[in-house]
Amino acid sequence: MNGRYGSLEAILGRLNMAVEGAGRPLTFMEVCGTHTMAIFRSGLHSLLPAGLRLISGPGCPVCVTSQGDIDALVALADIPHAIVCTYGDMIRVPGSNGSLERARANGADLRVIYSSMDAVKIASENPSRPVVFAAIGFETTAPATAAAIDAAKARSLANFHAYISHKTILPAMHALLSGDASRLDGFLLPGHVSVIIGSEAYRPVVERYRIPCVISGFEDIHMIAALMRLAELASARKVDLENVYPQAVKPLGNPAALALLEKVFRVGDASWRGLGPLPGSALVLNQAYEAFDARRKYALPDTEVPEPAGCRCGEVILGKTTPAECGLFGTVCTPTNPVGPCMVSSEGTCQAWFKYQGTRIPEPSKASA
Amino acid sequence: MCLAVPAKILERNGDEALIDMHGNRMKVSVQITPEAKVGDWLLVHAGFAIQILDEKEAEETWAILADLQEASEESIRPKAGA
Amino acid sequence: MKAESFDQVALAHGGGGQLTDRLLEQVVWPRLSNPLLDELLDSGIIQSIPGRPALTLDSFVVKPLFFPGGDLGRLAVCGTVNDLAVSGARPQGLALGMILEEGLPRGVLEKILDSVSEASREAGVPVITGDTKVVGRGQADGIFLTTAGIGIIPEGRVLHPKKIAPGDVLLISGTLADHGLAVMLARQMPELKSALRSDAAPLNGLIERLLAAVPGVVFLRDPTRAGLAGVASDLAKTTGHLFVLDEKRIPVLPETRHAAEMLGLDPLEVANEGKVFVVVRPEDAQKALEALRGHPYGEKSEIIGRVEKGPARCEILTAIGGRRILQKPYGEQLPRIC
Repeated sequence: MNGRYGSLEAILGRLNMAVEGAGRPLTFMEVCGTHTMAIFRSGLHSLLPAGLRLISGPGCPVCVTSQGDIDALVALADIPHAIVCTYGDMIRVPGSNGSLERARANGADLRVIYSSMDAVKIASENPSRPVVFAAIGFETTAPATAAAIDAAKARSLANFHAYISHKTILPAMHALLSGDASRLDGFLLPGHVSVIIGSEAYRPVVERYRIPCVISGFEDIHMIAALMRLAELASARKVDLENVYPQAVKPLGNPAALALLEKVFRVGDASWRGLGPLPGSALVLNQAYEAFDARRKYALPDTEVPEPAGCRCGEVILGKTTPAECGLFGTVCTPTNPVGPCMVSSEGTCQAWFKYQGTRIPEPSKASA
Repeated sequence: MCLAVPAKILERNGDEALIDMHGNRMKVSVQITPEAKVGDWLLVHAGFAIQILDEKEAEETWAILADLQEASEESIRPKAGA
Repeated sequence: MKAESFDQVALAHGGGGQLTDRLLEQVVWPRLSNPLLDELLDSGIIQSIPGRPALTLDSFVVKPLFFPGGDLGRLAVCGTVNDLAVSGARPQGLALGMILEEGLPRGVLEKILDSVSEASREAGVPVITGDTKVVGRGQADGIFLTTAGIGIIPEGRVLHPKKIAPGDVLLISGTLADHGLAVMLARQMPELKSALRSDAAPLNGLIERLLAAVPGVVFLRDPTRAGLAGVASDLAKTTGHLFVLDEKRIPVLPETRHAAEMLGLDPLEVANEGKVFVVVRPEDAQKALEALRGHPYGEKSEIIGRVEKGPARCEILTAIGGRRILQKPYGEQLPRIC
């Protein structure tokens, strides 16, 4: 295959050479769940050299959302006459009292939306009904939430509230690296988060932990090229920050988006599934926007809910455990009956394993040329 | 963690733009891409244009990448500042 | 005396009395008229034709009722005609059951019945009997249709998954996911204007043409809900063979591909209503491809894979030459942002 960026074979060839040249097995982590899914979907694992291991990181917002947050959303859906607006990603995630999907089956008015502005529209069309927007995601998605809340404020929409569980990716990377850094030889960095925060945002991570980082887009060729550069850097024992997705990712990100985030949010603390409480890893509403906070409005307690017994999603998110090592994987926990969020989310590591590699089969038949 | 697709901007009206994605046309917000103009390619995520795509930048980088055997002097590091 | 007109469906229209007669006389019969139905017997009686009778049944609920490229009425005819056709049967007649919600605008019912009529004429399969019920407001969502179909499988024609063997070649009669995405866009993003159209179409003509050219066709199935992924992985499981698909050869329109990408969906998992998945012996593959391509509903047919000895599952060779498992999707297809 010859793309506009040169031949796939050449890039794969260089990747192979670099991995061989490293003289040691290399382990890279793709931080972003959309990368996890794109990598599995392209069958890339079957093309990688034996000395290269790719593990999936914590960048799946559904997977790292704590069970307490899911329970709160389900409770909000039970408020009489309430409309809960959510991205499709969230509706099957099981909380301790069932999922949003189940709340809908029991009569809750749940609307699957594509854009945060749809929730604002629904609120202005239903002024007598409480409307709650389940705001989830990393920096890519947070500006859309900020814009929606800002619009609700401008329109004085008293019935619109957002349940915010936005998280930021850098504290999670710090947590990963300060925990057990030796296992990782490089990070494949998320393209679309980087669109917002900019490539320079990773500089401190690169310098502090001396780990190669390459920002990648989501086309197959982008990801393979990024892996190739990671392998070449690791092989040369060089530490650097590179960007193979410069058409979208600028050094300082998207200033208008960052300004909007600054206007609406401040940094707060969040509890991550798998990583636990991470100070400074959440976006919470600024004082001027607190009136739109569903937690305040509905006086929802911040409760710690234990994760389901036996579920090892937490370790999977950290790349410490492969799904196959979890006792529930493929038997008790399947995409049709998920126990943990990594099996619910289509970009969760467990679902990607189950879906694209088969229950306990580590790999499909080796690719034929 | 974030799906986003490229789309071409056909019309712009304030913070709203009509975009085309290979025969699918819809309105998106250009609130956080204030410089977007008709004819630009945008990256769209959840109803918002999150970036104006710069294909020239991509071509330059990939040209360097293609030449770059091992880690040569030339680099594809993000340009400082800018 | 001219019967009084009405502009929406009332409970009494389902009561079996004069109002029911009025609904049938004014709205239903004029649209579906054919010699068998016009006899107004309690059953539609078809002629005796040599072969094995095949009977099928499907219920249709769709939101919205009208979408680009089709509507509930067209869907209800095509779905049942296609279920008969992929079984090798020549469809002879349809039974149409309607459940109407009190308050349904007459215009909506008329438009849907116009589509039933048009699709049934196109397929050459008349509606030969039917039933109408009305339920109270809130007890249904506008209108639900059920169609049953009867067809005759000619002597000697046997299509069965048991016949599938390693070496067999897999074809698809055109582009995938157009129906499912057109409906999802219409439901989820009504402001989005798309070139995308549902592919809902009666396939009995296409399939007869294929079976005439290649009497040895091994098996046929229409990849409706769960899409190609559902059909291929189910068949792999039933037959115990490895099904290998070649992603590069699977036809998907650019507008479909991009809409799917935007919503985070895999076109292979999305429903089709006018496509047939074909299994033939390797020596018949080319002839089958030509026969399919010679029909307007099969112009974009492709050979997309083969059956191999191996584990009972479906694998796909990806565009970059990788290989992965293709599974049946798990449930409801929802737009995602992640």
